[in-house]
Amino acid sequence: MSPVGGLTWTVYDADKMTQAETYGLILSELGKMNPKIVGLSADLAKSTKIGKFGEKFPDRFFNLGIAEQNMFGVAAGLAKAGLLPFVSTFSVFASMRAVEFLRTDVCYQNLNVKIIATHGGTSFGSAGTTHHSIEDLSIIRAIPNIQLIVPADAVETALAVQACVEVEGPVYIRIGRSFEPRVYQTDQYGFQIGKSVEMKSGTDVTVIACGAVVYHAVEAANILEREDGISIRVLNMHTIKPIDREAILKALSETRRIVTFEDHNVIGGLGSAVSEVIAESGKACAFTKVGIPDQFTPHGYPEDLMHYYKIDTDGIVEKVRELLGKEFEKEEDWEDEY
Amino acid sequence: MPLSEQEHKELRTIAKKIRKDIVDVTHWSGGSHIGGSLSMVDFMVVLYWKYMRIDPKNPSWEERDRLVLSKGHGGVGHAVILANRGYFDFELLKEFNQFGSAFGMHLDSKKATGVEASTGSMGHGLSQALGMALGARVLKKDWKIYAVVGDGECNEGSIWESAMAANHYKTGNLIGFLDRNHMMIDGPTESVMSLEPLDKKWEAFGWFTQVINGHDMHQICNAIDRALAYKEGPSMIICDTVKGKGVDFMENNPAWHYGGLNAELAEKAKLSIDKMYPDLP
Repeated sequence: MSPVGGLTWTVYDADKMTQAETYGLILSELGKMNPKIVGLSADLAKSTKIGKFGEKFPDRFFNLGIAEQNMFGVAAGLAKAGLLPFVSTFSVFASMRAVEFLRTDVCYQNLNVKIIATHGGTSFGSAGTTHHSIEDLSIIRAIPNIQLIVPADAVETALAVQACVEVEGPVYIRIGRSFEPRVYQTDQYGFQIGKSVEMKSGTDVTVIACGAVVYHAVEAANILEREDGISIRVLNMHTIKPIDREAILKALSETRRIVTFEDHNVIGGLGSAVSEVIAESGKACAFTKVGIPDQFTPHGYPEDLMHYYKIDTDGIVEKVRELLGKEFEKEEDWEDEY
Repeated sequence: MPLSEQEHKELRTIAKKIRKDIVDVTHWSGGSHIGGSLSMVDFMVVLYWKYMRIDPKNPSWEERDRLVLSKGHGGVGHAVILANRGYFDFELLKEFNQFGSAFGMHLDSKKATGVEASTGSMGHGLSQALGMALGARVLKKDWKIYAVVGDGECNEGSIWESAMAANHYKTGNLIGFLDRNHMMIDGPTESVMSLEPLDKKWEAFGWFTQVINGHDMHQICNAIDRALAYKEGPSMIICDTVKGKGVDFMENNPAWHYGGLNAELAEKAKLSIDKMYPDLP
């Protein structure tokens, strides 16, 4: 989709703005065009940047204090009144502290509430484990009616925020805290919810990533192509739900090797969503999911955590090399030992 | 405004019928949250028949007042009230609790006509009502938002989150009813989790708080009038009620939080309800 007319934001701003800053700006712009948009936060207006909207539209912004449960209930009530609430808090609180309110008040009633959850994954690294959100994708994905998007960079955040206004019903957009390197040089790449983006074509192996990991996946693919002569397909699976089955099945048939990378527990997130499609296809495939191996994460800077969990450029290079060395049984070799 | 004797009699006649209908639906459906449904009948009848600006034939009318049953387990009582008020055919409640029915213990706002919010999990409805009250402010509407809260429900932290926020935003269009029936699933509220002094708590949270006999329709009307006249912030009307009101073997017995009635018990229950209204046919 192309940007909504009247936006003053351009892709060049992505160089100097984080995902959250871009979101705050875009929401303020959208607020001018759509008087139904209201904003809510729980004492994180500044951190999540929804405060930018609040400064422009003080009568349409409600800070609910440090009370996330009530915030989601209030959002449901505002949506029932006919408004379009945007709710922002840290992902760890949106997906866990308040999840039953999100599930029962917003999703069960299929209300038009948009959740922009910041500080996703380990992006708030040095804040420590309490502020790392490594379960959110799994939790949100299991709730009916809601769509789940993890934009790769500020450009994609801008597009996702605009796109979510166009769909009816709850949408959860998980973004980072800062330091998200820019992936896109243009916003004219046909962003569409539920449709992954092929960042690079290739035939030997497919790397599927989401969020800030996409940048590293592209970098790693370039290194592997140059140094190992491997042809790597890179998919930016920005929408975790509904997952782009078609692109996964195509990658499965054409490359037969798939590896997923995500800033999330390997249980329940992107890797799980992709593996479900693969398993149901009935086709054999060499597959690995890389992320946080079902453990609580240590404190540290985000880049150190990404390195530790092998979801940065070096880690992706290493893991893809590992997968390429991994053989998978051909059907004729299957034995009945199980 | 105060009730005339004629009005009072009419509303009590409706309340009597509703109590008996609740008994019938409980009998058909195999079981319901009958105790907390019977306790809230009187103020719900006053609201739906005297005060609320509603059009049951046009349930999504934008200018309507809204009522959120935060104590969502009163679903059977609410469904019977909505049917009697003309939102849908009472016959539909013959399928209450059945597979595929629009009606079950905790009502679904997407399926049950007239239900403003899906509730059932405690401590959610007041937040949704607050959202509607704030929505009215943004949209410049004069809707009144009524929220019916359970006393046991006040154990939930989220109730106090909403209470704090409603005072902060001075939602004069939000009026709460607290069905103070003194009983929870596991026993009397004060033995499970002390609530008193409950009126002082609401006052301390900035709500204009009144305590009334929740079965006296004159007191209910007076309290609503005062709450409607108070525009500076949210109001809470603590209705002192009896769980299972009208059915002698259920009254004040926490065992009747949820229960089923066979034909014999249902008849006994209805005879008891007749005794509550000796002046009515």
